[in-house]
Amino acid sequence: MKVKILFFAALREQLGRSQEEIELPAGTDTVDGLRNHLRARGGAYEKVFAGKSLVRAAVNQEMAQAGARIKAGDEVAFFPPVTGG
Amino acid sequence: MKIAVQRDDFDVGAEIKSISKNSRIGAIASFVGVVREVAMTLEHYPGMTEKSLEKITREALSRWQVMDCTVIHRFGELQPGDQIVMVAVASAHRGDAFAACEFIMDYLKTRAPFWKKEATTEGERWVEARTDDDDAAARWELQNPA
Repeated sequence: MKVKILFFAALREQLGRSQEEIELPAGTDTVDGLRNHLRARGGAYEKVFAGKSLVRAAVNQEMAQAGARIKAGDEVAFFPPVTGG
Repeated sequence: MKIAVQRDDFDVGAEIKSISKNSRIGAIASFVGVVREVAMTLEHYPGMTEKSLEKITREALSRWQVMDCTVIHRFGELQPGDQIVMVAVASAHRGDAFAACEFIMDYLKTRAPFWKKEATTEGERWVEARTDDDDAAARWELQNPA
């Protein structure tokens, strides 16, 4: 299934991209699954997604936990803890 | 209710004035966040930012007696002294107005997708999230405002 991934702030800079469309392998249907999938690319991805607590995620613009489900057409975003206000 | 995410500055006085003229309003509490010392660039997640601010505001409306409220958050390049964010809450009495205003700020700091990048003399650096912001947001989970 196809999903859209967005990266923000320090993650965007470290990965050198702000978004991509990705075809997920069968069985990869959670936020954590997607993280592991990206991490397996190695290089900057390995680095960014290695530390578990420093990356937050949102699915369809709602904060999401590691076990949150992902379905075809979803927008999944990864970013550092927020620092607004 | 007004929620705005914008590049431009805002006029706190004008915003407070334009808060609805409901005759039952007896108190308007407001907060303004200002850039301290170092210039910065604020990045955000268009779409999710507005949604999260709406959600936080709705939560405040469900917890306290709030008659109107305004939340404005800026993004882009900001200089020391520039206004970043404002929250104004109107209620019948000050207790609810103060509490809801503080609640919105505490939740905004831990849930709204904004990221600050400071331009220091040694170069640019992303501001790290503070654990005391998490603590400030967490204390609202324990309180029963009723």
